[in-house]
Amino acid sequence: MSTTTLPARAKRTGPGGSRVQATGSKKGLAKALVPFGYLSPTVVLLTVLMVIPIVMVVGYSLMDNVIMKKNPQFVGFKHYSDILTSDSFWTAATNTLFFTGVSVVAHLVLGLAFAMMLNSELLGHRVKAIFRTIYVLPWLFTVAIIAVLWRLLLEPNGVINYLLTASQLAGSQIEWLGSPDTALFAVTFINIWSGYPFYMTSLLAGLQGIPGEYYEAAQVDGASAWQRFTRITLPQLKPIIISMALLDFIWTTQQFALIWMTTGGGPLGTTEMLSTFTYKLAFTKYQFGTASAAAVIVLVISMVLAFFYVRAQKARD
Amino acid sequence: MRKKFLAGIAVMAAATLAMTGCASGSTTAPTSAAGSASAAAEDVTLEFAQWWEPELPANALRGLMDQFEKENPGIKVKLISGPYASTKEQVVAGAAAGTMSDVVGLDGAWVNDFVKQGSLANLTELMKAASFDESQLAAQVQLDGSTWMIPVANFVYPMFVNDDLLKKAGVSAVPTNRTEFTAAAAALTKLGNNTAGWVLPLDSSAPNGIQNDVMSWVWSSGGSMLKDGKPYLTGNADVKSAMEFIKGMYDAGSIAKGSFTMKEQDKVNEFTNGRVGMMIDSLAHVNLIREQNKDLKFQVAAIPSADGYSGKRGMPYASWGIGVAANSKHQAEAFKLVAFLLGKDVNATLCNSAHAFPGNAQAVPDFVNTDAIFKQAFDIYQAGTPTNEFTGLPVAEDLMRSFDEQFQKYLAGKQSADDALAAAQKAWDAAFAG
Repeated sequence: MSTTTLPARAKRTGPGGSRVQATGSKKGLAKALVPFGYLSPTVVLLTVLMVIPIVMVVGYSLMDNVIMKKNPQFVGFKHYSDILTSDSFWTAATNTLFFTGVSVVAHLVLGLAFAMMLNSELLGHRVKAIFRTIYVLPWLFTVAIIAVLWRLLLEPNGVINYLLTASQLAGSQIEWLGSPDTALFAVTFINIWSGYPFYMTSLLAGLQGIPGEYYEAAQVDGASAWQRFTRITLPQLKPIIISMALLDFIWTTQQFALIWMTTGGGPLGTTEMLSTFTYKLAFTKYQFGTASAAAVIVLVISMVLAFFYVRAQKARD
Repeated sequence: MRKKFLAGIAVMAAATLAMTGCASGSTTAPTSAAGSASAAAEDVTLEFAQWWEPELPANALRGLMDQFEKENPGIKVKLISGPYASTKEQVVAGAAAGTMSDVVGLDGAWVNDFVKQGSLANLTELMKAASFDESQLAAQVQLDGSTWMIPVANFVYPMFVNDDLLKKAGVSAVPTNRTEFTAAAAALTKLGNNTAGWVLPLDSSAPNGIQNDVMSWVWSSGGSMLKDGKPYLTGNADVKSAMEFIKGMYDAGSIAKGSFTMKEQDKVNEFTNGRVGMMIDSLAHVNLIREQNKDLKFQVAAIPSADGYSGKRGMPYASWGIGVAANSKHQAEAFKLVAFLLGKDVNATLCNSAHAFPGNAQAVPDFVNTDAIFKQAFDIYQAGTPTNEFTGLPVAEDLMRSFDEQFQKYLAGKQSADDALAAAQKAWDAAFAG
């Protein structure tokens, strides 16, 4: 574009050339501003929905009696030190780490296993379609439905306990969500169940993109099934796996609704997560300053993970 | 091009001004060519935020508002309705931002925080200014000698008893004291088939089980968890005895399993499905239980007291309370709406629709005369004292939650009753200190 306009501009210079030049520079400026014009709706939205709220929350985290009183006081990093020295915070952080770590690993293993099953040539198209529908079902439910469904299944008088006692695998009803010994495992299991289809569908797309020639060549060279899996499948899926694991890690650390609707962080704080801990500070203790500090800590953790995610994406590109 | 640009800016500025004008107040002047509408001719539009409308039959509340508008020309009411939880968040946000609706539906548990925040208008002053007769009110929520909330409708929490199960378990009479209750609960549990005597929801996301199912045992025996308005848990024999009574049943297996993460709706489900013989619950659930299990034979009774207690029994209640926002520019008109809803006939109509007991002491809703269970409950209500010590306390829900955490530890055998009370006292003192 620029090469075609240059000679025309050169021709116009002469008498009155400065006016033409001025008009040209105005046009140039207008042209340069066009991309910003296109970007402006996004920039405005990002500013209003992301930048301003984040700046406000960071500001709140440095103030005391914020929101609840008209004259909040600046307290610096007091809320951060309060939180980082509180046992409840570290219990929530440990639970979140367990919940997230186990969920991400299980999502990956289950998602990959199901994706490979659905990609197998041993199954016919119709069978694959049926299983694909069944496997993807948990992903179609909203969190509220998942929570209600599993509460009903796992309650002492629920189906799971009925099956266990009827088959004499358990002597009496087990309080899956109500016992401090099993609650964290139970909510982690529910989260695994609801999240693996995300991996499965993405990995299935990745598997379908691996050229069949690779496997044929490996087979000709005498590679076993395990070797083909570790030397071809996994390396080919690695960029997808890394990106998805990081995304899943970010999302799962922020899981709130599922915990709130199944155990509320109990019993005895065994399922308290950073999200429920922060919510309670804000909406039952009305300590918005401390809650903001906890939210900023979670934000920093998420940003570190997001940094690795972006780096993985760049490496993939 | 330039003209178009300027015209565009002018349109946007006009739109912005119009929007700012709309948002700046709720007073709308009738448009006149001369633009000289007098203040007297202005219509006042009151915003009324509450969670009641979705819980009432269609048009029940709007119908009353239409009646109010007819009786008070020049005042319009805009209902802002939502479920309880979102109304709470909306009111909290409005209180913080100074944009609270003129009239707000309140839960007693919120009042202290809003009063501290300065977001509620002093109703004592408004009542005086309007020469409102306070004697007609069944209750008022007061702090520092002033009224900030008035209960419009009360939902009491009596004991529900499954008649068939009790009969099957060989219990001939509804328990009236703790010994009888413990024996009945044990007999019901012995029926087997996963039947339990009593049900206790202690989920910490909605810890009102502490208010309705635990402290109710203290109040029904004339006890209190407060002394001079301050927390009184350490060394409180009444609270300790109620805790020990519940722990005894918990250890004996007479309480339905899953208490630690059980919610109120689970409790109602257990009772409705005939798996639990007795529960303490809101009268508001009577119709729901009837709809879901038409064959269930049940009755309501007063919550049993400690053995030998013969005084008036406290019975927990929850209210649809009402208040006026401090930021309202039309407080006098807002109070007119409050007074209207608390009027004898209107209050009876509203409570009839809600199946609640009236906030006006003289109002008698029809349903208490036409329905045996409600009649029974109304008799208990009038014979006892509606009690809810959490009403008006600071961060009331958080107080319930901190007690809940300690109580669960006690039930799980991880600490003694005294340690639980001492830990809860510490948490409550900190909350009161603010």
